Amino acid sequence: MVKITYIDSFGESRSIEAEEGTTVMENAIRNSIPEIVAECGGGCACATCHVYVDEAWYPLTGQPSAKEEDMLDFAYKVQANSRLSCQIKVTSALDGLIVTTPDRQG
Amino acid sequence: MGESITTDVVIVGAGPVGLFAVFELGLLDVRCHLIDILPKAGGQCAELYPEKPIYDIPGHPNVTGQGLVDNLMKQIEPFQPVFHYGEMVEALEVLGTPEAPAFRVKTDSGLSLECKAVIVAAGGGSFQPKKPPIDGIEAYEGKSVFYAVRKMEDYRDKNVVIVGGGDSALDWTLNLHPLAKRITLVHRRDDFRAAPHSVNAMRELVAAGKMDLRLGQIESLEGVDGFLSSATLLGSDKTKTVLPCERLIPFFGLTMKLGPIGDWGLNLNENLIPVDTEKFETNVPGIFAIGDINTYAGKLKLILCGFHEGALAAQKIHRYVYPDKKLTFQYTTSSSSLQKKLGVN
Repeated sequence: MVKITYIDSFGESRSIEAEEGTTVMENAIRNSIPEIVAECGGGCACATCHVYVDEAWYPLTGQPSAKEEDMLDFAYKVQANSRLSCQIKVTSALDGLIVTTPDRQG
Repeated sequence: MGESITTDVVIVGAGPVGLFAVFELGLLDVRCHLIDILPKAGGQCAELYPEKPIYDIPGHPNVTGQGLVDNLMKQIEPFQPVFHYGEMVEALEVLGTPEAPAFRVKTDSGLSLECKAVIVAAGGGSFQPKKPPIDGIEAYEGKSVFYAVRKMEDYRDKNVVIVGGGDSALDWTLNLHPLAKRITLVHRRDDFRAAPHSVNAMRELVAAGKMDLRLGQIESLEGVDGFLSSATLLGSDKTKTVLPCERLIPFFGLTMKLGPIGDWGLNLNENLIPVDTEKFETNVPGIFAIGDINTYAGKLKLILCGFHEGALAAQKIHRYVYPDKKLTFQYTTSSSSLQKKLGVN
């Protein structure tokens, strides 16, 4: 199992155990993590599962695809470490991953 | 304006579930009009994931969102449904009694429809433009901030700032360029989703000094009484620039909002409409809710569940439309009268 910590926009932190091969978005929804909407259910089609990946972890999550970059255009307050959490696959390398959620998902 | 139509059923939402309801009602000789805020049929299937395969439609091991919509459109063709695209239902007035319901449905364009039953098949709600994260933007909306271009003349001789990198942003950049005093296109990166030929046309205008392209995000707006004078850009290089701006057109895609459905006197449970599981009728007799927008014990938001809900709702609606007719259950495989309606016999 891989540990993921979600920090909400108020600074409250929640940690969960995720299975490898799932996505960071799926685990947020399963564990009722606030501030992740995932309107389209993981299709990379809505930009409502936007997270900021902790700087130390950002390189380990890989490069966003062209499709994800396109959807990030629609996200709220995009930063250099912005990702759509439905596009981050959980791997053992991400054990300890920290992401922060924005105060709004569009 | 003021046009009035009489029909049996008005379906709010032309997604897959609304479309299949036309089929089930059509077999029972019930005529439908459909209203959708999008310019085409298919709802989320066509708007959010036209190319994505769906794996859980019975009998279709793999069908794309658009493929499913195309098939449904073909399936309901014999029943000649009437579509009203680009319209939002604004008001719903109850005219009849609980025993013999009748309704008047009005859209934002002034279209008025009278019917005996209403099916709300609005999915996650209506698609509406997403707003950019700029404090106080509401004060300018409708006066100098617009999420769609309605009258091009409004932009003549104005400093126009367009935000976005998709087709809408690029198309309006090119269309308004001859009219506007100056166009500035703002996008968060130097990559565009829009069609390559419009991106090239835009880059040529920039190279010729006829318009500006700025990379970054609009951070704040300045103006008086809703009329903009400038917009401050936070560049991707972190520098701030004040751009002359009398009109701002942000294109940030669409989001789903329940919208005016919330004001129709229907019981709501966290923006979902509770229904019974026999007829999928709401607390208002004659108004039904099917698909993702309804809720009941055990509800699953699956397209296949929405199809089932439409079939059962149709049975009750038949009784409202034809109170004196007895309804006999028939199969399309064996009933010559159903086959005649489908145009296959």
